[in-house]
Amino acid sequence: MNLLEVQDLCVSFGGRRVVDRVSFAIAPGEKLALVGESGSGKTVTALATLRLQTAARLEGSVRFQGREVLAMGPAELQALRGNEIAVIFQEPMTALNPVMTIGAQIMEALQLHKGLNRGLAREQAIAALARVEVAEPERRVDSFPHQLSGGQRQRAMIAMALACDPKLLIADEPTTALDVSIRLQILDLLDQIRRERGLAVLMITHDLNLVRRFADRVAVMEQGVLVEQGDLRQVMEAPVHPYTRKLIDSRCERDVGVPGVGCVLAGRGVRVDYPVPRPGLRGWFGKGSFTAVAGADFTLAPGETLGVVGESGSGKTSLALALLDLTAAGGEIEVAGQAWAGLGKDGRRGLRRRIQVVFQDPFSSLSPRMTVEQIVGEGLQIHEPGLDPAQRRLRIVAALEDVGLAEKGDVGQLLDRYPHEFSGGQRQRIAIARALIVRPEIVVLDEPTSSLDVTIQKQVLQLLAQLQRRHGLSYVLVTHDIDVVRAMAHRVMVMKDGRVVRSGPAEQILTDRLWEDLDEPSIHP
Amino acid sequence: MPTPAAASPQGPWRRAWRRFRGNRLGYRSLQAFLVLTLLSLFAEVLSNDKPLLVRCNGHWYVPIVQTLPETTFGGDFHTATDYLDPFIRDLLARPGNFAIFPPNRYHHSTINYFSREPDPAPPSRQNWLGTDDRGRDLLARLLYGFRLSVLFALAVTVVTTLFGVLYGAIQGYFAGWTDISMERFVEVWGAMPTLYLLIIFSAFFAPSVGLLVTLISAFGWLGIAAYVRAEFLKNRSLDYVRAAKALGQRDRVIIFRHVLPNCMTPVITLIPFEMAGAIGALTSLDFLGLGVPEGTPSLGELLAQGKNNLDAWWISLATFTVLVVTLVLLILVGDALRDALDPRKEITGEAP
Repeated sequence: MNLLEVQDLCVSFGGRRVVDRVSFAIAPGEKLALVGESGSGKTVTALATLRLQTAARLEGSVRFQGREVLAMGPAELQALRGNEIAVIFQEPMTALNPVMTIGAQIMEALQLHKGLNRGLAREQAIAALARVEVAEPERRVDSFPHQLSGGQRQRAMIAMALACDPKLLIADEPTTALDVSIRLQILDLLDQIRRERGLAVLMITHDLNLVRRFADRVAVMEQGVLVEQGDLRQVMEAPVHPYTRKLIDSRCERDVGVPGVGCVLAGRGVRVDYPVPRPGLRGWFGKGSFTAVAGADFTLAPGETLGVVGESGSGKTSLALALLDLTAAGGEIEVAGQAWAGLGKDGRRGLRRRIQVVFQDPFSSLSPRMTVEQIVGEGLQIHEPGLDPAQRRLRIVAALEDVGLAEKGDVGQLLDRYPHEFSGGQRQRIAIARALIVRPEIVVLDEPTSSLDVTIQKQVLQLLAQLQRRHGLSYVLVTHDIDVVRAMAHRVMVMKDGRVVRSGPAEQILTDRLWEDLDEPSIHP
Repeated sequence: MPTPAAASPQGPWRRAWRRFRGNRLGYRSLQAFLVLTLLSLFAEVLSNDKPLLVRCNGHWYVPIVQTLPETTFGGDFHTATDYLDPFIRDLLARPGNFAIFPPNRYHHSTINYFSREPDPAPPSRQNWLGTDDRGRDLLARLLYGFRLSVLFALAVTVVTTLFGVLYGAIQGYFAGWTDISMERFVEVWGAMPTLYLLIIFSAFFAPSVGLLVTLISAFGWLGIAAYVRAEFLKNRSLDYVRAAKALGQRDRVIIFRHVLPNCMTPVITLIPFEMAGAIGALTSLDFLGLGVPEGTPSLGELLAQGKNNLDAWWISLATFTVLVVTLVLLILVGDALRDALDPRKEITGEAP
């Protein structure tokens, strides 16, 4: 018999149906992956099985061990939540209560569902932490969430979820917030616990690499509809639905041109230090300093892409800001043969034209209260003030056509629109147009695709590659996503804790084992 | 790629305005407040002791803008005409003559010498809401007092908003030492005892509305500056500001064109509450006798009269009603504005 059976589940919010007649089932001990892009309704579906969204209207049937969840009273529902079905969330920092110790939060569930007294609950909490391989569980049980690293926090979340021996675990993007090297450990841990206890796992994710590695069966959702489900191998190798095929094909292919000769950007011993307050009385008299980038050397040829890779906190974004002269930096940075240091205000403004930037999040990088024309045209007003409005408009339209925002001829009607009227991919195109309209030689790409959906990611990367060939642009590509580096970069620089630990041609660096682990499709029996 | 909705482009302000209009209570309150304000701006035409238009002995006069001696109409004195005098009324009522009076025949400074009751007189056909303890028409006092309160509040709000936004913007945008030193000044300034200062100043200077606007504004901008500072601190590190800096945009342009429009939500939301606060402040100062000069129509002074003449219930009741209605309207407008500008509502409109 199936553990969880979902039949024709519909979820609506205020009259809008976000999940439409979804049906699937999970057997005990099974690993089902619910895959889809953001907004496809996968999280809503999973949370509906616990009736966690109070504002939602649910129709259809959700049966857990033969009992109808949608007909349960509050007491029954509470016994189900946490006790039989547990959830772990994407971001452990916000899912854990910051003012309670880890131990207290695990004990809460134990005392609530199992009626244990404090002493017993504490013992079990320590045992639970030990089981998820948290080092020194006796000490960690009294730690607050902020005292743990990201990986440890996610382990604590898992310990909390598993403390009451649930039969089904819903894992909502359990590794997205974690660094690449830790993701794998967490996945292995989940799988190991699953095997020990015969736990069923419903994994919600957008990451196909994760699915390939973890799941037995896959269900693909698109805009609230479950379009395809089946065995992992069958879905991955012979997808039936066009959307599934599109998702699988969205893995980026390597597409790089031949770089030119010369040097448009050079850095020698680049350092970035941030002042940090010193503890105690000493903080009154001076500031300490935190070194974000400790001496990076690099060069960039015309038409070349330098991938800067590293985990969060490795200093790669600080380096990018230093290149743009947006943060104070030591060492020498030369843009087109000119160093930022020693230039006056006007000189800097002139140099800014040659190095432009595209940021990660197209929602925060476009001012919400300016129209597309104002956003894209701003660079022209600064650097080519001599243009009359008609000429400027022509250039803006040309730039928007260049980035493929719309078909030729249709762009004109988009000029008066505001950013909120565009999708994420379109906004990123607007951000690229804003950078390119002043005709720079170098573009710094700070995680240009990581806030976009997988299918859009591929389009944006293809666009960037086309633009590089068309205009001979040089890119500094800052990212943690190895797929993106593999698709775009000629050379790679790996950073860790502010230092450049490896650098060289992309083909050579990317054969590193660390990256391969998660990346290669390896299907467990 | 999905194409944007075909509807005509709508800026964030336009959408906020549409949401505001969707809130019926708030929208009606705004309309009511605007109508009352507009009416009070024409107080001279609505409530005055001079006729709007007079025809007398074949001549046309506009007494509301002219000062005419009594002799013009065939009276005995060379002084300005008292149109409430029964003798003059008789003159104007003769065949061939006529006068168009405002609906309420008293100016706020007119003393009704012809009242049949001792002052303060209860409501009657002459004085619809009665008179105050000096025989001045209560309705006229309220009308002019309301106008003074609203204009005072507007002036205070404009000054505090402009200054507060500018101060907070500079603080938040440049951060660092600029922020710290300006914040220290705010702390010192905010710690000054406003009421004592007002008492001291009212001893030094002749009381006037201008002085009051200055004094109340001088301490009123702190709240707005704090909001704007926080918004700027948040926005200055967002990518769109960085992108503008990377383009080489000037700080002044970034502050006013990029960041400021994104920081206006708390400012606009606060404006009705600021106005309500200013009206309250003026009323309480007048009540204490520290406010506007003697003789100026003011709601606070009427409240004080009501307190001194507890048996004259019409004074306190009418003044209290006007105050409550004004403040409630402003607060309803503020509530609706806050809902309309709530950033979370902007998001729910487009979230998947």
